[in-house]
Amino acid sequence: MARVVVDVMLKPEILDPQGQAVQRALPRLGFAGISDVRQGKRFELEVDGPVDEAVLARIHDLAESFLANTVIEDFIVKVEEVAEAAK
Amino acid sequence: MSRTPLDTVEHATATPDVELPWAELGLKEDEYERVVEILGRRPTGAELAMYSVMWSEHCSYKSSKVHLRQFGEKAPESDALLVGIGENAGVVDVGQGYAVTFKVESHNHPSYVEPYQGAATGVGGIVRDIIAMGARPVAVVDPLRFGAADHPDTKRVLPGVVAGIGGYGNCLGLPNIGGEVVFDSCYQGNPLVNAGAIGVMRHEDIHLAKASGAGNKVILYGARTGGDGIGGASILASETFDDAKPSKRPAVQVGDPFQEKLLIECTLEAFREKLVVGIQDLGAAGLSCATSELASNGSGGMLVTLDDVPLRDSTLSPEEILMSESQERMCAVVEPEKVDRFLEICEKWDVIATVIGEVTDGDRLEIFWHGEKIVDVDPRTVAHDGPVYERPYARPDWQDTLQADDANKLPRPATSEELKDQVLKLVGSPNQASKKWITQQYDHFVQGNTVLAQPEDSGMIRVDEESGLGVAIATDGNGRYAKLDPYAGAQLALAEAYRNVATTGAKPLAVSDCLNFGSPEDPAVMWQFAEAVRGLADACLQLGTPVTGGNVSLYNQTGEVAIHPTPVVAVLGVIDDVARRTPVAFQEEGQLIYLLGDTREEFGGSAWSQVVHDHLGGLPPQVDLERERLLAEILISASRDGMIDSAHDLSDGGLIQAVVESALLGGKGARLVVPDGLDAFTLLFSESAGRAIVAVPRSEEVRFNDMCGARGLPATRIGVVDGDAVEIQGEFALTLQELRTAHEETIPALLA
Amino acid sequence: MTARIGVVTFPGSLDDRDTQRAIRLAGAEPVALWHKDKDLKQVDAVVLPGGFSYGDYLRAGAISRFSPVMESVIEQARAGLPVLGICNGFQVLTEAHLLPGAMLGNNHLHFICRDQKLRVENAQTAWTGDYRAGQEIHIPLKNMDGRYVADAYTLDELEAEGRVVFRYLVRGEAADGYGNPNGSLRDIAGITNEAGNVVGLMPHPEHAVEPLIGTGRTDGLPFFTSILKKLVGA
Repeated sequence: MARVVVDVMLKPEILDPQGQAVQRALPRLGFAGISDVRQGKRFELEVDGPVDEAVLARIHDLAESFLANTVIEDFIVKVEEVAEAAK
Repeated sequence: MSRTPLDTVEHATATPDVELPWAELGLKEDEYERVVEILGRRPTGAELAMYSVMWSEHCSYKSSKVHLRQFGEKAPESDALLVGIGENAGVVDVGQGYAVTFKVESHNHPSYVEPYQGAATGVGGIVRDIIAMGARPVAVVDPLRFGAADHPDTKRVLPGVVAGIGGYGNCLGLPNIGGEVVFDSCYQGNPLVNAGAIGVMRHEDIHLAKASGAGNKVILYGARTGGDGIGGASILASETFDDAKPSKRPAVQVGDPFQEKLLIECTLEAFREKLVVGIQDLGAAGLSCATSELASNGSGGMLVTLDDVPLRDSTLSPEEILMSESQERMCAVVEPEKVDRFLEICEKWDVIATVIGEVTDGDRLEIFWHGEKIVDVDPRTVAHDGPVYERPYARPDWQDTLQADDANKLPRPATSEELKDQVLKLVGSPNQASKKWITQQYDHFVQGNTVLAQPEDSGMIRVDEESGLGVAIATDGNGRYAKLDPYAGAQLALAEAYRNVATTGAKPLAVSDCLNFGSPEDPAVMWQFAEAVRGLADACLQLGTPVTGGNVSLYNQTGEVAIHPTPVVAVLGVIDDVARRTPVAFQEEGQLIYLLGDTREEFGGSAWSQVVHDHLGGLPPQVDLERERLLAEILISASRDGMIDSAHDLSDGGLIQAVVESALLGGKGARLVVPDGLDAFTLLFSESAGRAIVAVPRSEEVRFNDMCGARGLPATRIGVVDGDAVEIQGEFALTLQELRTAHEETIPALLA
Repeated sequence: MTARIGVVTFPGSLDDRDTQRAIRLAGAEPVALWHKDKDLKQVDAVVLPGGFSYGDYLRAGAISRFSPVMESVIEQARAGLPVLGICNGFQVLTEAHLLPGAMLGNNHLHFICRDQKLRVENAQTAWTGDYRAGQEIHIPLKNMDGRYVADAYTLDELEAEGRVVFRYLVRGEAADGYGNPNGSLRDIAGITNEAGNVVGLMPHPEHAVEPLIGTGRTDGLPFFTSILKKLVGA
């Protein structure tokens, strides 16, 4: 079993009001030196069985057509092995 | 990294033979030659950017202008009009020292590309137009048209548009009080997302978009400028620079309603302190538009230092900065000694504000970048002297065939059972069904002045808490009628909105419009447009309601197929005391239901012909504007004198649709009798114009009848408010529960 | 004598002026408070109004909670100052931990605006004295993030201590304003702190104070008369 993570971010050129609002609040909370904040979404997909190229390609399609709105968003698909069952 | 030299005015003069991408920017060859002729040299890249965007169809109205002139030429005498066509929005006197500004605009194409942001920024844009007049925005309305309700893409577009309107408007604190939702496959691929807004101010607070007074400062405030909506200018940029920069500029603009809310409060505070000489919002064409319009409407010239514009993306070229359509920005002209206070107010509201230039005593708009002059133009040639086209127009061949396909000849229900089934089918059809699933995603209550909101005939807002003065607004349009006859269709849209305002008890005062059509390069579409404008201008003259402004949206078509011609008309009215407003819902059992007006066999373009026969043909209902005026007078008098407790205008869907809505909203049924001279089918489904139903308390019946009789308005008693069903005597009865299920479950089933 | 009731304006507050009007209609004196200002101007009670402060960005109420005015509100609320949080104000109160639990997005993922039927569960708080326990009222609801959640222990504690102040009425027709409109746990619409001086709810009593306006009902007015009576001891 493996986890595939899809990170969806607004494209760099698209305005991100949420990130801006957070960034503007930072100085008031005493955090200096952070020049920009952008907010995105993270999807964790638990995949049954092995994650092969075909599965990744399908998830890529899923991300492109559904999870992200590619008119305004970029996405990254990455595999994250789930930690071994027992320690 | 090599870099070609900055295209300054000096450089342009010295290099007359440099080829500029004017065609890619949408200019025609003769238009480009005209620019060269005006300047006496080739334009710089920045100048080309400004001319191309300001001379676009969207900004210059070059195809529609020759027709729109009729709104001015045929304008009725009106004491109410304080500011007419040409400003950001018209302003109307509503009495007691109050002025109201309102306008409707389209955001059709962006809403198809990215429904949420397209619709959201549509609301943002119209609201900034209202603020720019000096008014506090008090309400929004949204006339919407989508493809077939069961088409898969409608399920993408509609929820996004509705969420965008709600997401933006709700966050701004503007009650959404009216509008329409219409489905028709002709809008597949070309949804119409029109947005209207109303603002209120005192007479003395009216502000105009002009920059006068040499030495006054030009302040840009609001959001930082990014690369939004500058697909075109990027071509220029790539000509000027190498490609070491983001290659793709977003065509989609993202709205930030929170920023806009701050912009509203900060602007109104500056107005209150009388700090503003002139003001302009930044919408289409951004700084190009704001600077050239402010300068050309003022007394002198203007000098702008583009380096001072706060940027979100430091790689933007000067051409891109001039064309950027980043949202939530405004431009104010402020006297030098008031600049500090203005900036202080912006600071208070966490709004970025920067002096970017000043008014000069010349007559040129000069823009500098890195100390060099990149624009030197007469601002009037940019803002007002765009090309004007007399596009060819011709009545299409198919118009006769369409009109000959008479809807009155369609098979009618043969039995009472069939009639009943068709009633259920009608009130549950997507166009006639309850839109509550949509409208409950909008805040109706915020600001605490909402007297009426959809599904009432018009939205109504209290303006003065002491006196009860209020304003009403209704928007209507019927593309099916306009397709059958664009002249009559436009008049019917006006008549319906006018009637809707009067039905709630308000006196119609003025008109704004949003004219949605296909490509002006198609003579048939151009004919539809010309006819619709002529019809609307003639009708406004006759009804005494001037057009105060509006918007034209062309090129709403896919390939060769245009949308139905869809003039959407907003009518603004005033009511002396909102306590006298008339709601749609039946209030009390036993009250008498009267039908006002004449009912004829008119089914062309009707909802019945669409729902039952999927048919569009014949002629739309007859227009009788004198009748509309009389009906309105009666409805207003009856409301003022307390003779009626509810009223509902009759339009698409006919009488049965109106009765069902009044019954469901009031939770009270109705027993109806078909009057002599009419058959049940015609009574229920005809869409004759100039009609309304009213519920009259028995104690007022004589007085009400006398009034109608004396004024010559046909008033026919057709039934009584009673019971838990809508019953047509001798035909059928449908329980409120059956009707509610049919009426309210359609839209959630399709879209939720 | 009357009471002075402060209404805080955060950037993005929307119902601040409406709340001031409701306070005035109830006979008290509204006092505008500004988010950047720690000074509460000696008011006798504070209302945190509805709206989308800071655009609801990050989380509803999350940024406002750190504003200067909230430092004073938090401190004085702990000392007994009556505080009412309406909608966004409720969200600020939970973010500030003056009230337990949190608000999440509505379970149907849409903004919802409607006239909502509620039952008053606790008529003992500073803000509900003019209601009767068990009374059923109609108050407009309008929000995006109205789903009240808390862990089971907290919910049980709230119930046991009678700190659930309002519940959505579930039985009956949705058309008449019944039903849980957002998926709030145990149909909770409003709660109070242990002392009963801090109350938060999602529906908007300030939009139900005039017979002609909004829904035409006045079921919200007792919020403002309750606090006035408590403060002036009338």
